[in-house]
Amino acid sequence: MPEPRPLDSIEAVESGLASQGYIASRQIATAVYLSEQIAKPILVEGPAGVGKTELAKAIAGWRGLKMIRLQCYEGLDEAKALYEWKYAKQLLYTQILKDKLGEVLGGAETLHAALGQLHDFGDVFFSKEFVEPRPLLQALEQPKGCVLLIDEIDKSDAEFESLLLEILSDFQVSIPELGTISAVVPPTVILTSNSERNLGDALKRRCLHLHIGFPEQKLEERIVESRVPGISQILRKQLVSFIHSIRTLDLKKQPSVSETIDWARVLVLLQASELGHEMVRDTLNVLLKYESDVEAALPHVTTFVANASRQNAFG
Amino acid sequence: MRDNLHRFFRAARGAGVHVSPAESIDAMRGVSKVGFEERSILRDTLLLTLAKSEDEKKALGACFDLFFSQPEPSQNGDSKEDNAANENQAAENQQAPGGGGQSQNLGPLAQMLLSQDQTEIAAAIANAASAAGLTDIRYFTQRGLFSSRVLQQMGIQRLNDDLDALTATNPALAERLTNATDGLREMVRDRVAQALLLYGREEAENLRNEILRNAPLARIEPRQIEQMRALIRQMARRLRERFSKPRKRQRRGHLDVRRTLRRNAAWGSVPFLTAWKRKHRSKPKIVALCDVSGSVARVSDFFLLLIHSLHEVVSDVRSFAFSGHLIEVSDILEAKSAEEAMRDIMSKVGFGSSDYGSSFADFEQQWMESVTPQTTVIVLGDARSNNLDPRADILRRIAERSKRVVWLNPEGRLTWGFGDSEMPRYQTFCNVVRQCATPQQLERAVSDIVATYH
Repeated sequence: MPEPRPLDSIEAVESGLASQGYIASRQIATAVYLSEQIAKPILVEGPAGVGKTELAKAIAGWRGLKMIRLQCYEGLDEAKALYEWKYAKQLLYTQILKDKLGEVLGGAETLHAALGQLHDFGDVFFSKEFVEPRPLLQALEQPKGCVLLIDEIDKSDAEFESLLLEILSDFQVSIPELGTISAVVPPTVILTSNSERNLGDALKRRCLHLHIGFPEQKLEERIVESRVPGISQILRKQLVSFIHSIRTLDLKKQPSVSETIDWARVLVLLQASELGHEMVRDTLNVLLKYESDVEAALPHVTTFVANASRQNAFG
Repeated sequence: MRDNLHRFFRAARGAGVHVSPAESIDAMRGVSKVGFEERSILRDTLLLTLAKSEDEKKALGACFDLFFSQPEPSQNGDSKEDNAANENQAAENQQAPGGGGQSQNLGPLAQMLLSQDQTEIAAAIANAASAAGLTDIRYFTQRGLFSSRVLQQMGIQRLNDDLDALTATNPALAERLTNATDGLREMVRDRVAQALLLYGREEAENLRNEILRNAPLARIEPRQIEQMRALIRQMARRLRERFSKPRKRQRRGHLDVRRTLRRNAAWGSVPFLTAWKRKHRSKPKIVALCDVSGSVARVSDFFLLLIHSLHEVVSDVRSFAFSGHLIEVSDILEAKSAEEAMRDIMSKVGFGSSDYGSSFADFEQQWMESVTPQTTVIVLGDARSNNLDPRADILRRIAERSKRVVWLNPEGRLTWGFGDSEMPRYQTFCNVVRQCATPQQLERAVSDIVATYH
């Protein structure tokens, strides 16, 4: 693996992410730059599909680091996130070593001496060889650092948050039997949240807080351009402007960037060169994920399409 | 510049953003990395390190714009230059004949005003403001005090003397100076108002909330209702936080031997994984009967709002509203916003004269089976039944079926039992009776109700 690329300026971050096809706003680039400079995790909040997870992937891709992902869900605990003892291996080894044990203890004359000898071996089974590292511990053990993505932290329980605190602030974990394990190289940590529940203050305090909203029109056009290269310029402008009008409606789920990209791909597949009413109506289900939303949007389609093409003619 | 950042942190606290020392250290470190050159980057940096939610970002962004729209107090180095510039100017004035000769007898402030150098005046105001401790301003009543302090720092005394002297010798110049002085006063006043906006917001809010918390709910003014709702939501959050956490901690009970053995069967029943018995804890079930007639209505309104925002703590709430007769309003409260729901309820049963007897009878006929031994029944009302049959016997039967009956009365204890108040007769069947007129009493009452389940 090549040496990680350095981050020396906000511009470098921007162009680096762009090379991975991730068009970052200035604020996102500043956040990434700062998190590296002052060694702080980034907590990314925002609606679904605006590229929170993508950001971590882009950073990993650009800097040539391994990405370790921990998907959070209800009931996620230490054993699945941090480490677990390899019980089966421990048992197997005790069985195999039974005879050996006899040899070792054979020399002891008294029970006391045997116990003393046993004590010297006692920690063998709770040593590093028997630890199964889970994502968090893996991340700390990477020799060249890595990007640790803790995805959808809001889905986990409040207790799990407290477990993270030690890692987030000091990049270390304490395992009772082994002591404290510190990171070889502090990983770049990205946490994402859909604000399903409010995160604790302790967690928030340890992170840079980045809120990614829906991008501005210009930025979204650039994102579509980089993600869907085959799209014509006219269609791209119309499409983004149409989506921005859709977002002004009162919908259950607003179409986000990922939906914009999907829709752009669909339109390219259908070989559209311009936005037409019929086509929009037929493909609206790519954009809107609820029947009620589609119904709410349908009456506006004609106006929005007309607006989009008019804006394009003047812009 | 570090001073400026510290002042900004104070302003941010004033804007309601919780800036802890650790966060301010982060912000400092961040700023030291990105520098001050570009304002938008500085803004992003502060937003990233200090604000921890979208609302806070908005507030902090506004605060940033306000804060950096005012001139910064000039540094020591600058003020030396200023002095030098003043001297130069004075020298020029000396050379210039006529009006210039007059002004050399004047104090520095008068000279500055006459020279009409806006940036210099602004910088002088900023300096005087920091010398007068303008960042300590908290309440709007302090505006006058701080204005005069700032003016004093700038040397208004000398200016007045100069004015008096000039009126006698050079009326034209005196008039110019008077106008300039008025302008100065205005600038200082604006500056103080801005500082109040920056630094005083939180205090003012705390004070207002404190007053609201102890204000009788029945008598608050319409313009305060929105604030009151916010306050009630805050209370609900506090109650939620208080009562939802310890439940989890205390749930683990004894070792469950059977389940532990079963779970570890794969390892020859060597217990690597333990299983624990869980203590079953019931969440409160609440049946609320709310009087919505006349003066009690507002209290019921806030009470229902509070109860219904406690979803995480309370497993089951059924609400009933009555004045002449009784209806169930749980669905209305779940489905609609607070204002709409109350309007809806009021149009259905509100504003009548209350009849506790027939309302209780309605309840017994239709919903009595919803009361179980786990239920806390809360009645909110003034127990003024217009001399109609109080039907205390129904309340007795409710009390027998339920875990507890709590009566919340917005009236003071002194008036219970006078006039048409049936409170003493109902009181016999209630486990708890308390006065409940202000938000604070409301919070305590609900808190106690939930606490009995823990």
